[in-house]
Amino acid sequence: MSWSLLFFLLVGAVSLAAALGVVTSRQPVHSALFLLTNFATLAVLYITLDAQFLAAAQVIVYAGGIVILILFVIMLIGGDTNDFSAAQRAWSRTVGIALGVILLLTVSYSALSRMMGPTEETAALLQGGTPKAVGTALFTKYVLPFELIALLLLVALIGALVLGRQQEGAGEGIASLKANE
Amino acid sequence: MDWLNLLVFPAIRALILIFVLLTGFAYLTWFERKLLARFQVRYGPNRAGKFGLLQPAADAVKAFFKEEIIPNHVDKPVYLLAPALALVPALIIWAVIPIAKGTPAIADVNIGFLWILAVAGIESYGIILAGWSSNNNYSLLGALRSSAQMVSYELPLGLFLVSILILAGSFSLVDLVENYRPWWEWIWLWLAFPFFFICILAETNRSPFDLPETENELVAGFQTEYGGMKFALFFIAEYVNMISTSAIMATLFFGGWKGPFAEQYIWLGPIYLLIKVVALLFLFVWVRASIGRPRYDQLMKFCWQFMLPLSLAYVSVSAVLAVFLK
Repeated sequence: MSWSLLFFLLVGAVSLAAALGVVTSRQPVHSALFLLTNFATLAVLYITLDAQFLAAAQVIVYAGGIVILILFVIMLIGGDTNDFSAAQRAWSRTVGIALGVILLLTVSYSALSRMMGPTEETAALLQGGTPKAVGTALFTKYVLPFELIALLLLVALIGALVLGRQQEGAGEGIASLKANE
Repeated sequence: MDWLNLLVFPAIRALILIFVLLTGFAYLTWFERKLLARFQVRYGPNRAGKFGLLQPAADAVKAFFKEEIIPNHVDKPVYLLAPALALVPALIIWAVIPIAKGTPAIADVNIGFLWILAVAGIESYGIILAGWSSNNNYSLLGALRSSAQMVSYELPLGLFLVSILILAGSFSLVDLVENYRPWWEWIWLWLAFPFFFICILAETNRSPFDLPETENELVAGFQTEYGGMKFALFFIAEYVNMISTSAIMATLFFGGWKGPFAEQYIWLGPIYLLIKVVALLFLFVWVRASIGRPRYDQLMKFCWQFMLPLSLAYVSVSAVLAVFLK
């Protein structure tokens, strides 16, 4: 067995174990930490594939941003272990299964089409994982998806702004109280 | 020998680096206490050894022999993991910093800049997890403050890094130091340095932005429930972070290992880097001795309403400069 295969198996096993930990642990913060471990092992796998830029992006975006936000939210709303109110709603099980099936189909579809179609193109694009190659591909060949995602993020940003904005007159109560003092 | 180059030499370099950094930490505490004492017209530590030089060793022995207390109400695995998670990023960020001509501390990767951004991104985990796992309101408040503060200040910090990157044109920090920079680029960089330094102060939770551990409102913030060596690990993390960020600032803004004759005599490189790092550490202590702590909302407002627009403008102008003048 070659060293690289052994390394891959080792990292892959940690990654799988972490993924199992995400869905099996009862404590939301522990789940988030397992998710972090999973993202970290994925970054390691990207490095073994010579995709250094992807590895760095993986850590910056997922480990440095998203999991921190997840932890932040869990802490703010108080992630109690016995609080399964969301899971007790009648429709949540159906929706969960439906979403799971959709995910499974999408993943297997992309995996199967990968097996049949050529992958050299993307592999060549990410060769050496240089930021230059990724950037050039992103802003020439994939510029439409890129701009669409930018639009999506903008919409999400505006949505958060609308939700987070104080309701008309909500702040006035406190202001009038202060004025009366 | 392939495995020798791949495994053994980097491992030895990493061990030496860790030894140097931890010794540096020990004497940074001495340096800070002595300097603060000077600023406040006191003597500072002067009992253990000449000029108190053995004080760090005495402190280390004290921390080692303290009783290890783990409170009953904590989330044990996370509580024990947090101090380690706080220290590791402070050490590994050094891997890409060049210490002499053509020599990075560990590895010259083509994503040096991104490595710094990535490690800066995971730096807040130790503090957040410490605060949460302690199961204590003061700790949690400290952790929430720190995560909000670090995530916010990461944005202008990242944008300043991107501007330097646009002007440098290379992701490798080794190239960044060695490549020629025209005079206007230096001036443009130095204009950004004060703002970059402010972001670094917030990122490392240093005074005046040490709000996650304000003792007059949050006991000791995120580290309230930690004692002995576990507390010492947070302490080490903060100080090693100061050294690491100073080295990064020296590399980005002041030419890193460069100095007179450093090209001919390679051993001069680390010495020049050390001088620049010590000067920047002096700046850290100087700021701590001079400036009071702002309120928390002022800190956040300053980031979102001043630093972020400023850094966005800086990126735009840097891009224009890079296109027209380079």
